[in-house]
Amino acid sequence: MGQVVIASRLSDGLVVFLRDKADPSGGAGNGRADWVLQLADAEVADDDSRAAELLALGEADGAAIQSVVDIYLIEVEEETGQLRPTKAREAIRCFGPTVRPDLGKLALAERALAAGN
Amino acid sequence: MYHYDEYDHALVKDRVAQFRRQVERRLSGDLTEEQFRPLRLMNGLYLQLHAYMLRVAIPYGTLDSRQLRKLAYIARRYDKGYGHFTTRQNLQYNWPKLEETPDILAELAEVEMHAIQTSGNCIRNTTSDQYAGAAADEIEDPRIWCEIVRQWSTLHPEFSFLPRKFKVAITGSENDRAAVRVHDIGLIMKHGDGEGAGEAGEVGFEVIVGGGLGRTPFLGKTIRPFLAKEDLLSYLEAILRTYNMLGRRDNKYKARIKVTLHETGAEEFARLVEEEWAEIKESSLKLPKPEMDRIAAHFVPPEFRALESRATAEEERAAGDPAFASWVRNNIVEHKASGYAIANISLKPVGLPPGDATSEQMDLVADLADEYSFGEIRVTHTQNLVLPHVERSRLPELYDRLLAAGLATANVGLLSDIICCPGLDYCTLASARSIPISTQISERFADQGRLDLVGQMQIKISGCINACGHHHVGHIGILGVDRKGEEHYQIQLGGSASEDASLGKILGRGFSADQVVDVVEQLVDVYVELREGDERFIDTYRRVGQAPFKEKVYGTA
Ligand code: SF4
Repeated sequence: MGQVVIASRLSDGLVVFLRDKADPSGGAGNGRADWVLQLADAEVADDDSRAAELLALGEADGAAIQSVVDIYLIEVEEETGQLRPTKAREAIRCFGPTVRPDLGKLALAERALAAGN
Repeated sequence: MYHYDEYDHALVKDRVAQFRRQVERRLSGDLTEEQFRPLRLMNGLYLQLHAYMLRVAIPYGTLDSRQLRKLAYIARRYDKGYGHFTTRQNLQYNWPKLEETPDILAELAEVEMHAIQTSGNCIRNTTSDQYAGAAADEIEDPRIWCEIVRQWSTLHPEFSFLPRKFKVAITGSENDRAAVRVHDIGLIMKHGDGEGAGEAGEVGFEVIVGGGLGRTPFLGKTIRPFLAKEDLLSYLEAILRTYNMLGRRDNKYKARIKVTLHETGAEEFARLVEEEWAEIKESSLKLPKPEMDRIAAHFVPPEFRALESRATAEEERAAGDPAFASWVRNNIVEHKASGYAIANISLKPVGLPPGDATSEQMDLVADLADEYSFGEIRVTHTQNLVLPHVERSRLPELYDRLLAAGLATANVGLLSDIICCPGLDYCTLASARSIPISTQISERFADQGRLDLVGQMQIKISGCINACGHHHVGHIGILGVDRKGEEHYQIQLGGSASEDASLGKILGRGFSADQVVDVVEQLVDVYVELREGDERFIDTYRRVGQAPFKEKVYGTA
């Protein structure tokens, strides 16, 4: 079980996840927020203290750059090699509406893969 | 239908320009989210689970073909190619971008549409009978009064920050197709009785206040049996003022007028309204006859041709085509003009989300409206579309065109014509998904013969206690709840939103998602077994009570 920072992108409202693009000399918690569209690309915090660091990083970025809103932590676990949120609500946020699988994040990832990028 | 005058145009255009500047300031960081949120909500823009959601007002569910084509275009150009028609006769886009929303609003303004007052604690879009101006059982076209209410309530300075949102519904017929008893104010057009409640033959309104669903459902109570037309606005103003004074602002769950009415008592509330009304009855709010006539002139019926009431083409086709016959039986409603019919277009195809329409479908319905229905379309609170004025002899052609586009599902008013909110698939407030329950039910009951056999039936599903899917007033109501992070469903029986309005009662302990459809089937089986004559599900339920249903589902009464 781990934790991931989730948010909504201001410009289009899409769900994004935090990745710490740490400065190699800075160390953990001294990084730069990078918001990614796929849960698989997010940084998973293995313990509460790293989760708190990531949340602080996300919130600081949200306040400074104003590019994301509604920033919070979700719990995730790995299931057959894929990250999945433990709560139904967050799983639906991460993967898109279950009634329109053609429109969600997984479809987006598949289309990107098919397009070779 | 109503067309904007110069004031309407200027107001909507100004609002687009204002919101464009607000969005720019938000995107540049000049406004924080906290500052911006109320501004975007005032323009119908929510942030949901996956993206923004824009709610577009469709005043009293009336559209012309040009407007529907614009809605289709916006879905294609700015969204993901579809829109969702709601129980408030509005349209929601599920994927608009904030940065493009001002452009969407500008596109809407071009066709006299907007998203003003589709959110927030103000008077929302007034809803009405979808068959207004066409129904054989209508006293008068209620849209005239909806439009008068719309003009009065738009940006009304005193009622822009009410304790809570406020919804008005008006029906022009005794057969209530607008669910008036579950609205904050419901108005039923009726004739005076000549014995104190209006002059004999005079047309006015019965005024019902304090209905509502959500956490604490109430049916509205009649506080005035008859109100003259000219007094409509002064009386509404008196109700709103009384509510604005008494309504609770300390607790949002107790802030709706239904709670105010309940806590104050209907009689006392009515007394306070009458007291307030006495002060303003003769004010400028009294509607002058020329003004009523001016608005009424926008709703003169189209020029119907003189036609035979029966159409050979329709009868011949029905005789040899059972699918067409089912469609006519279920989706076609009697029109007030001889030889015409009201054609319902079901947005409840088997296995697909209720109320969704693609851009292509919207374009097609707009074309069909031009060809068959004087360019008019209606949106129903049951999340379907209507072509209100179709010549009966042309029903076979219309059916073929709809069939080819997957729009000829013959289930209006039947079990699979389910009202369903977006639920946890889209809505940030949801406890559980509602759409998959609805699609599974429609798949289980896909057989037309079985649907026809079960007959008139209303299933309504909400994804949380806010009850946007009207589950309290479904013959079978289904409510999604969150039980320790798992989706779970409560079932209620015996609700109705029609003229025989009632609130459903919880059947017993809830069910997991994979049990719900079986339970619905069991309930339907009990009804089919016990019904007498042409009883609907609700009639049988009212006659036999919950016990046999409980026994079947839980093995014990
Ligand atoms: S009932 Fe609840 S889940 Fe459904 S749309 Fe309303 S708020 Fe959302």
